[in-house]
Amino acid sequence: MPASLFPPYEDLLRILPEIVLTIAGTLVMVLEPALRPERKRLLGGIAIAGLLVALWGTAVANLFRGPAFHQMVVVDGFATFFRALVIVVGILAVLCSIHYLQRERPDSGEYYALVLFSVVGQSVMAAANELIMIFIGLEISSIATYVLAGYLRDDRRNNESAIKYFLLGSFATAFLLYGIAWIYGAAGTTNLVEIRRVLSTPELAPPRFLVGVSAALMFVGFAFKVSAAPFQVWAPDVYQGAPAPVTAFMSAGPKAAAFAIFLRVYMTAFEPISNRWEPVVWLSALATMFVGNFAALLQNNIKRLLAYSSIAHAGYVMVAVSAHSEIGTAAAMFYLAAYAFMNVGAFAVVTHFARQGEKYVDVDDLAGLGHRQPVTAALFSIFLLSLIGIPLTGGFFGKFYIFKAALEAKLYWLTVIGLLNSAVAAYYYLRILVVMYFHEPGEAAQTVSPVAPGVKIALWASAAGTLLLGIFPSVILDFADRSAALMK
Amino acid sequence: MHPVTNVHYMVLSVALLLVGTIGVLTRRNIVIILMSIELILNAVNINLVAFSHHFGDVHGQVFAIFVIAVAAAETTVALGILIALFRNKETVLADEVDLLKW
Amino acid sequence: MPSSYPEQYFPIVLQIAIAMAIAGAMVAASYLLGKRVRNPVKDSAYESGMVPVGTARERFSVKFYLVAMIFILFDVEVVFLYPWAVVYRDLGLYGFLVMFLFFDLVLWGFYYMWKKGVLDWSEEPPRS
Repeated sequence: MPASLFPPYEDLLRILPEIVLTIAGTLVMVLEPALRPERKRLLGGIAIAGLLVALWGTAVANLFRGPAFHQMVVVDGFATFFRALVIVVGILAVLCSIHYLQRERPDSGEYYALVLFSVVGQSVMAAANELIMIFIGLEISSIATYVLAGYLRDDRRNNESAIKYFLLGSFATAFLLYGIAWIYGAAGTTNLVEIRRVLSTPELAPPRFLVGVSAALMFVGFAFKVSAAPFQVWAPDVYQGAPAPVTAFMSAGPKAAAFAIFLRVYMTAFEPISNRWEPVVWLSALATMFVGNFAALLQNNIKRLLAYSSIAHAGYVMVAVSAHSEIGTAAAMFYLAAYAFMNVGAFAVVTHFARQGEKYVDVDDLAGLGHRQPVTAALFSIFLLSLIGIPLTGGFFGKFYIFKAALEAKLYWLTVIGLLNSAVAAYYYLRILVVMYFHEPGEAAQTVSPVAPGVKIALWASAAGTLLLGIFPSVILDFADRSAALMK
Repeated sequence: MHPVTNVHYMVLSVALLLVGTIGVLTRRNIVIILMSIELILNAVNINLVAFSHHFGDVHGQVFAIFVIAVAAAETTVALGILIALFRNKETVLADEVDLLKW
Repeated sequence: MPSSYPEQYFPIVLQIAIAMAIAGAMVAASYLLGKRVRNPVKDSAYESGMVPVGTARERFSVKFYLVAMIFILFDVEVVFLYPWAVVYRDLGLYGFLVMFLFFDLVLWGFYYMWKKGVLDWSEEPPRS
């Protein structure tokens, strides 16, 4: 057999981030049993180093754009964007976790390996050009996240969060797989570009029924992973029950990666039948915004409140998806980046404030934080204002671009409803601000300890990211614009 | 007698999918829910292999092998989570896992 | 060469029929010919001649589940070896290197598990 089986070395460079992350994750896992509990924080350092090298690897891979490994993966602007995004989320999540883990479960360092493996999966999802790779990436990411959700295994809330996440998640993945199997049966290929070619050629066109059912089944799977209605029911329970830094991670990273494959599959493979999936995404966007925002109004637990807000934000991104255009895709990418910073930042504050056993997680516990820790409160305010969508923050431009894309796609009703929803959302975010600044300090704020160094870095970095996107949005938006055009 | 065609495989697979789905939705025991999810994955595998045979294309079979491997990893993780749950709560029934709700 | 599916599968149907007939005949013969005795010794569980102790519904040590879970995992990873073994000669060095890499990762997982004391069946609890 000829030596041509060996892939060209550029192919290896194109998956450099995944290679680096896998090595780092394995290293953490192998070193873990050898370290004494007080030294396990070293593993966090290794994880961050690995993620930083992977970020550099993403830049290197970006120099070698193009498909690799027989079209299994493809490096384009879109892939680079989401790879960088999930790696940055990973770094922020690890920074939040170091102190938290030392407090809650010092004997164990596998956490960092699991985060790294989850990021590997998300990175594969970002670059996947083919249904098999999409499935493998999704599962690598999901399985690691299931374990992370139940990481504090002696805590009942963690157990419950993990089992719920697992059962519903694997059920949804099974439906996604069934859809994949049918589209493979209809088109005879698993490559997204090939599927697009088959679907858009009238002579080759497979039965409409088969294609429609598979697109619907895959929608179930993707909608679950991005927590879009009507498949969002798991999110509040899972986000509330999981450890706070894990919630920060999984509400940003896996969600962004899931949107990446959602966009890639629906904008590439199912593009020729867009008139049939657009109404479904439209309805789902509408329902997601309503469910998220109105349920969040009733919440008192801050993790649960942020979980519903995360559902609502998924709804805004769904608006961008249903716009079904290049600027819609670019808007979704920008929004996911802004959302990642502001949401991880908000959860970093929760991580800091919750204390031993996550005792203080109610909105009222935050009373008086503005007096006790003005800096933390100020950073939290930035995140909350960005989540509302106040100008000068990333959240504002995110919403602005999404609704602009929606208007250009003539989705007037969706735009109006989206704007109304944003107004409703302002209420529950402002309530947190009011409690934080205008209520007398309660027991929780009296006893608050100084911010741990890792959390501090994560807070400042997230705030910097949020403001950067709000003041110089073109930095990211230009890149997103160019990448969205490359998707065809 | 008819030869076995793709349609036969698809009918079998849809039947398995339905059995699995009904199992997930109606059973209380988490172990049985896991088994039902496995049934759905096997329905997928039947489809993949049948289509692969039909097209003479090896991708479907490769996919099926990956599905098998990933399903095993998933089951292992699920059992691990379940053992942790059982240690704390002494139950494997899905409806008794009700700490978190609004 | 049998052409249609029924013809192809006829030997299997025949084999199933014969197997069921033999099994049925054995059960029927022992039912018809044997004499029935019931006493506590006869009704107790058959443990290869040992006297049965305790109940069968005991809880197993959690180590048992750990080993069972790990068995599932490593057992199924082998599934990748079969297709590889079939085309091993065609893939040559490349296939060998890729498989080596794959099993290298699996072995690191095994090493981790070993160090964590999963395979340690002594009474002391494994380290974390």
